[in-house]
Amino acid sequence: MVCLALAPPGLAGESAPVRIGSKAFTESVILADIVAHLAKNDGLETEHVKGLGGTRLLWEALLAGKIDIYPEYTGTLSEEIFAGQGIRGVPALREKLAEFSLTMTDSLGFNNTYVIGMKEELATKLGIRSISDLGEHPDLTVRFSNEFMKRADGWDALARRYRLPHRDVRGLEHALAYEALDKGVIQVTDLYATDAKIRKLQLRRLEDNLIHFPKYHAVFVYRTDLEQRAPDFAAALRSLETAIDETAMTSMNARVELDGRSEEHVAAVFLDRERGIQSRVRERSVTEEIARYTLEHLHMVVVSLAGAMLVGIPLGVLAARKLGLAQPILGAVGIIQTIPSIALLVLLIRPVGYFSDELGFPQAVVALFLYSLLPIVRNTYTGLRGISPQLYESAVALGLPPSVRLWRIELPLASRMILAGVKTAAVINVGFATLGGFIGAGGFGEPIFAGIRLNDYGVILQGAIPAAVLALLVQGLFEFVDRMVVPKGLRIEPIE
Amino acid sequence: MFELSDISKRFGTTEAARAIDLTVEPGKTTVFIGPSGCGKSTLLRLMIGLIRPDTGRVRYRGETLSPQNAMRLRRKMGYVIQDGGLFPHLTGRGNIALTARFLGWNAERITARMDELVSLTHFPTDGLDRYPAHLSGGQRQRVSLMRALMLDPDVLLMDEPLGSLDPMIRSKLQAELRAIYRALGKTVVMVTHDLAEAGYFGDTIVLMREGRIVQVGSFRDLIDSPADAFVTDFVHAQRSPLEATQGVTP
Ligand SMILES: Nc1ncnc2c1ncn2[C@@H]1O[C@H](COP(=O)(O)OP(=O)(O)O)[C@@H](O)[C@H]1O
Ligand SMILES: [Mg+2]
Repeated sequence: MVCLALAPPGLAGESAPVRIGSKAFTESVILADIVAHLAKNDGLETEHVKGLGGTRLLWEALLAGKIDIYPEYTGTLSEEIFAGQGIRGVPALREKLAEFSLTMTDSLGFNNTYVIGMKEELATKLGIRSISDLGEHPDLTVRFSNEFMKRADGWDALARRYRLPHRDVRGLEHALAYEALDKGVIQVTDLYATDAKIRKLQLRRLEDNLIHFPKYHAVFVYRTDLEQRAPDFAAALRSLETAIDETAMTSMNARVELDGRSEEHVAAVFLDRERGIQSRVRERSVTEEIARYTLEHLHMVVVSLAGAMLVGIPLGVLAARKLGLAQPILGAVGIIQTIPSIALLVLLIRPVGYFSDELGFPQAVVALFLYSLLPIVRNTYTGLRGISPQLYESAVALGLPPSVRLWRIELPLASRMILAGVKTAAVINVGFATLGGFIGAGGFGEPIFAGIRLNDYGVILQGAIPAAVLALLVQGLFEFVDRMVVPKGLRIEPIE
Repeated sequence: MFELSDISKRFGTTEAARAIDLTVEPGKTTVFIGPSGCGKSTLLRLMIGLIRPDTGRVRYRGETLSPQNAMRLRRKMGYVIQDGGLFPHLTGRGNIALTARFLGWNAERITARMDELVSLTHFPTDGLDRYPAHLSGGQRQRVSLMRALMLDPDVLLMDEPLGSLDPMIRSKLQAELRAIYRALGKTVVMVTHDLAEAGYFGDTIVLMREGRIVQVGSFRDLIDSPADAFVTDFVHAQRSPLEATQGVTP
């Protein structure tokens, strides 16, 4: 407090930008961009961590202070974050959030509840109007988003409420579900009420005749300290309450998903029209974007790989030298590999958060580092253990101390094997780093995730093609590095 | 030069050395011989401290070999094994100069010493910059010998140095090697399984069986006064090489 009081006014705000998070779908990104423009208009520095993959991730990031605010739905708070605690309605939620030093706005003005949808044409043909009608068609292929499968009000509860007979109902990435629905691969899925695709793909919203789904009012959840840090901005946030109705939101979604405008642009248009706030939106060219993705991607790969080499090679040496440590070391780096990547990213938010304020890049780098350890440690160990006992003893017999033997004899002899491990790690890393898009670390994963979200293959390819090319380049690069690193005597063919 | 007293070494259930007592005379060539697996290499490796005895001790010039002094004492010994044990990632020169470089010898001193060794071993100078993969078997053994001699050790420990060479090259190298031993006047301990070779090189021959020393003596002693029936059998089993060496006075 003393420090704060002594600091010149405005400095506190400058040193801590407002960090805004959004989920991996258009509406969430638009709402976050609206808030970002608002904050900028108030002279605040902002950072938008776009398209984070899932509610849990955002919630964790918010609690850890990695983000300050993100758009959420009342139903998601009740049914997912506070699942099973029976906390419903804005006042109860607000009370609960206060326990975490969080607060939220009132409804922004629309209820984006879950609806069950199917193609209009098929629904007409089969005479299906409501969810109850589905009960007479047990042979329909039903797929839901992974999130919906897990929710307290998701498939299990829905099937019980409506006594639905469908078997073999499984989860699917939500954006892929539309595609599958359109192609007729599946017939029924969950949708959002303000979904632009309902119009585009001509889908019918089945009536929730038993009133199963709770309300999903859009709100902003934010850290309460924002009210002190940026009081004007907090007030501006409040002014968004009831400002966006379902039609307005659906049409904004459609501008992005159907007309190909950026979320940033659509958000700016909204604020200009509703508030007369002018925002500068710089639309970058595809080339500029790909250049940025490439740099971000390389940055992640290079930093994590360098770290993995610095730690992995010594660990491999240790395992080879002290045989009692071999099993514990190889076992530990092996176990890391079995942690699912998404889970690892979520798990890392808080521990890594102690060392860095940024969200995304550091977590992705640490995850990539951890996954890179196994091939590097294992190959170093195998390479050193594979040195023939005669050579090993010859080095000892020459009276060379262990460190000299390691640097002059053992590591060079194992160099090809170690390099192969580094190469494996690098190539896996390039592919793996696309998952950075999941936690806002940037790189080629950003367009891949955005493309899935927008159901736009062009955007997906902006990430997928360069990522594949980069993997090939890395592969080629290592042929060259092999010549630099592996001693010539190990590369030549024997004469006899 | 070496004094081994009550040395035993066991590998699992194999007793590779049992209660060995042996004195190696300085300036002489001592040859270990015996059937395969009798413990010849083990004894040599005990002497250079690559393995530690279970019981007993090895003394080198009066100093008991221990993990603390092994590294220093090894630099006073040269060790050559069957296929040379050359490091494939280093050229002949790199192999030979490895320890000298580590000890901080300057380039002139290294070159001067290498020149001496090249003329001693009749090694083609251009071969020094080849990698072991591009050297013949005989050339590899010469490089290995030069590497062992680089620091001018007091003793050479040779474990079947000619073992993997074909007969023509082998007999040529035997003659050269003996000339080198004589020129150097160093203590040599050499392992072979070939009685003719033992007779050709050895001032003293140590015949071993199953980890034990059966007889120590000159080549003549082994033939004229065998210690037991095993010695007689061993000598007879190698009759033809024996005949071949009869023209040569051992
Ligand atoms: N490192 C080792 N581990 C297990 N057994 C060994 C090892 N070294 C040698 N031996 C065994 O000890 C015995 C003597 O081996 P060695 O001294 O190499 O025999 P030689 O050189 O006379 O042929 C053999 O039975 C061999 O198998
Ligand atoms: Mg042997």
